[in-house]
Amino acid sequence: MSDGNGNLVQLTAKDFKSDQEVRWCPGCGDYAILAALQGFMPELGVPRERIVFVSGIGCAARFPYYMQTYGMHSIHGRAPAIATGLSTSRPDLSVWVVTGDGDALSIGGNHLIHALRRNVNVKILLFNNEIYGLTKGQYSPTSPVGKRTGSTPYGSIDHPFNPLSVALGAEATFVARAIDTDRKHLTEVLRAAAAHRGAALVEIWQNCNIYNDGAFDLVRDEKANRIYLEHGQPIRFGEAGERGVYRREGGSIYVGLVVEEGEERLLVHDAHAEEPSLAFALSRLTLGAAGAAPVGVFRDVERPVYDEAMAGQLDAARAERGEGDLRALVGSGDTWVIN
Amino acid sequence: MVTSATEVTKPVEQLEQVVVRFAGDSGDGMQLTGDRFTSETALVGNDLSTLPDFPAEIRAPAGSLPGVSGFQLHFADHDILTPGDQPSVLVAMNPAALRTNLRDLPQGATVIVNRDAFGERNLAKAGYTTSPLDDGTLDAYRVHAVPLTSMTVEALKGIDGITPREAERSKNFFALGLMSWLYGRPIEGTLAFIARKFARRPEIAEANARAFRAGYHYGETSEDFVVSYEVKPARLKPGVYRQITGNTALAYGLIAASVRSGLPLFLGAYPITPASGILEELAKHKEFGVRTFQAEDEIAAAGAALGASFGGSLGVSTSAGPGVVLKSETVGLAVALELPLLILDIQRAGPSTGMPTKPEQADLLMVLFGRNSESPVPVLAASTPGNCFDMAVEAARIALKYRTPVYLLSDAYLANGAEPWLIPDVDALPRLDAGFTTEPPEDGTFLPYARDPETLARPWAIPGTPGLEHRIGGLEKQDGTGNVSYDPDNHDRMTRLRAQKVAGIAADIPELEVDDPDGDARLLVLGWGGTYGPIAAAARKVRARGGKVAHAHLHHLNPFPRNTGEVLRRYEQVLVPEMNLGQLLKLVRAEFLVDAVGYNRVRGVPFRSSELVDAIEGLL
Repeated sequence: MSDGNGNLVQLTAKDFKSDQEVRWCPGCGDYAILAALQGFMPELGVPRERIVFVSGIGCAARFPYYMQTYGMHSIHGRAPAIATGLSTSRPDLSVWVVTGDGDALSIGGNHLIHALRRNVNVKILLFNNEIYGLTKGQYSPTSPVGKRTGSTPYGSIDHPFNPLSVALGAEATFVARAIDTDRKHLTEVLRAAAAHRGAALVEIWQNCNIYNDGAFDLVRDEKANRIYLEHGQPIRFGEAGERGVYRREGGSIYVGLVVEEGEERLLVHDAHAEEPSLAFALSRLTLGAAGAAPVGVFRDVERPVYDEAMAGQLDAARAERGEGDLRALVGSGDTWVIN
Repeated sequence: MVTSATEVTKPVEQLEQVVVRFAGDSGDGMQLTGDRFTSETALVGNDLSTLPDFPAEIRAPAGSLPGVSGFQLHFADHDILTPGDQPSVLVAMNPAALRTNLRDLPQGATVIVNRDAFGERNLAKAGYTTSPLDDGTLDAYRVHAVPLTSMTVEALKGIDGITPREAERSKNFFALGLMSWLYGRPIEGTLAFIARKFARRPEIAEANARAFRAGYHYGETSEDFVVSYEVKPARLKPGVYRQITGNTALAYGLIAASVRSGLPLFLGAYPITPASGILEELAKHKEFGVRTFQAEDEIAAAGAALGASFGGSLGVSTSAGPGVVLKSETVGLAVALELPLLILDIQRAGPSTGMPTKPEQADLLMVLFGRNSESPVPVLAASTPGNCFDMAVEAARIALKYRTPVYLLSDAYLANGAEPWLIPDVDALPRLDAGFTTEPPEDGTFLPYARDPETLARPWAIPGTPGLEHRIGGLEKQDGTGNVSYDPDNHDRMTRLRAQKVAGIAADIPELEVDDPDGDARLLVLGWGGTYGPIAAAARKVRARGGKVAHAHLHHLNPFPRNTGEVLRRYEQVLVPEMNLGQLLKLVRAEFLVDAVGYNRVRGVPFRSSELVDAIEGLL
């Protein structure tokens, strides 16, 4: 933004704090994510008036109220659709969607997969806490089988979604995961997402300390269990890099000890692979199955961006037929005169 | 066409009006035939009104009763209002078409059938055990049994690349040619159309043109047709005319609103009968900066339109009943956000899937009340195909000025029905001002929910405007600041403000006009929507028979025009004909304490003016 003399002034995190008192529960993971996002925004280099946060319904969805940008707190599950209309009609804006596991994968599932399929230029931040927080603790499409909650007193019988697998199945061109309290890495992921042209899905593992405390402790507390993905680098992790990711003959992948499996056989991460197979295989390494999970950018590829394709057709039509002429339009077709 | 010197020229009789119905298999090209005959008729300068009647399926089994597709056209040398109560001529391409339409024919009507289609198998498919051509079924009519198929095949012999099977498909053009001769319609337009439409398949263009000429020639020379007819041009208001359907008029009206407001048009839509035509029409006009978005579902369609409105576009979503109901939640959000959003409901018979291609007007109460809580939304309705253009512009005007969603109702009959349209002077259309707020107020604090004292609308500051960053949402908000608020008095106040804002629109819309030529009628017929034509035609007939009746037609259903109560109370009796079980009727009785009565039919077809005449005279 400019100061009084027309000089460009660098924004700070404070500039992105709205005047609203933040009302999440004490200890909620959302505070950390909010801080990370407010800390990152100045780096975007986009003036505040051109940034828009669109959310649905849920704890995560209160986000826009706390950002000093334009924002819309809309309806459950519908943010990607609303954001599609905004983004495609206003290519000058930086449009962010904040959603949760219920908002995006239950009622909003259809809108999410189509926004990803179309590659609309929106950045979708999916706060996954594997529970319905705002409505007080019912299970969500990402809760594990057997989860006991208010609506599942005998345990959930639902097999859960794997959000990143769903996103990749929906043809997403940018898929990443970060952890709420891993601020430095979360910021790197946000940076990569912001730089991506098209739809970006960032799953953020977020701890709901009231209704589902500890769901991600395996990686939140233990850095050693985080598999940091870096494009072009062999995938290894652990306190001293003693574990790595390997591929079986059938194509599936697994975690093994480097001393046993060999350094030369380590899988090398390729975030830009045209086919999503590797990214999909990585998404199948879950905390439940492997005791560790990949974080970082799983996939980042280029595909025509929906907003640009739409604008391109408008430009082509104008180039071919000239600017629209309303008089000619209403008078088109066969006409006749009555005297 | 030059007739042979050896032929006798047949006499030409003048008619004031004709109602023609083409009927055949869905695959027989009846809609195309009807459209072409309509275009020819328009060029003669007749007043006209059409009623396409299609089945919901794409193609039911050939020759079956559900597969019959029809097209009715009423044309006259004077101003007419409806597609005609009954056909005076039925062109039936097969037994099923004859069977389905016979009951609508008055005694003495002309029936032209394709004799070649009346073989055993087709007769059986139509449920005939004997042929109606021979067994006396058609004794009451003037029948012309024309060997359409065989003559078409014969005429097309020698065209390279057309098999006899393919030649049969041109029989609709033969029928069109015959009818064009019978009613003295000009043929150049159709010949040019054939050349254009089939330019990429020259052998088909040749076949259709030949079949068309052969049909025309048959009329000229056959002894079966001893006279032809002429219907002189009608004396309509002077000007330049074109033909238009309701859906096309809606599309043009939306573009006009976009141009006159300077806001880009964004249409979010999902294919649904009978509204898909609007999406397809708008998709063609990208040079106007129109963005058409075929969403993944009806909800996303409305959501995307609302998102675009948030960004400063003119956001629109078009659908029919089953889709509009899905948009309720999004409209409710638009009510809370106080943003413009146009929802076009092209009503069709319901409930649920209902009868997709048949008109009805039973969504009125849904659009007025079908959202949770107190959720007031303005509602408008078009009355004729041409009026759809004006109402689209008016709906946009209200949405933009008052920052509110608006419903505009049309129906399946208006959508596809055609009539002559006096082409509007686009420079005379109202200028629509979005009135964006572009500067923070002098004292620095922008209040997203402060209100304009006259309109009660809140300021519209779009993303991208520096210094006005704010957040809005579906939660109740504090009057003025727009911050989330659960305060009891605030909620009561905001609920009343929202209601007042919509009610106040009454000061900004025309008063209700009454058509009462003598000024002393004691019975008022109050209508809305596509019943305009039949009601007006019925009123004319009643008056011609010596009765007195007044007619008023509502275009604004919420709020009502400010003089509506006063108008209603002037009459001893108020009759409300509706294609529903009494929806405007309920509103009128509840709001104005008037003992109005309804005439209600839910048959999926427009009212005949004759049944309304009966209803009116029954009360006089």
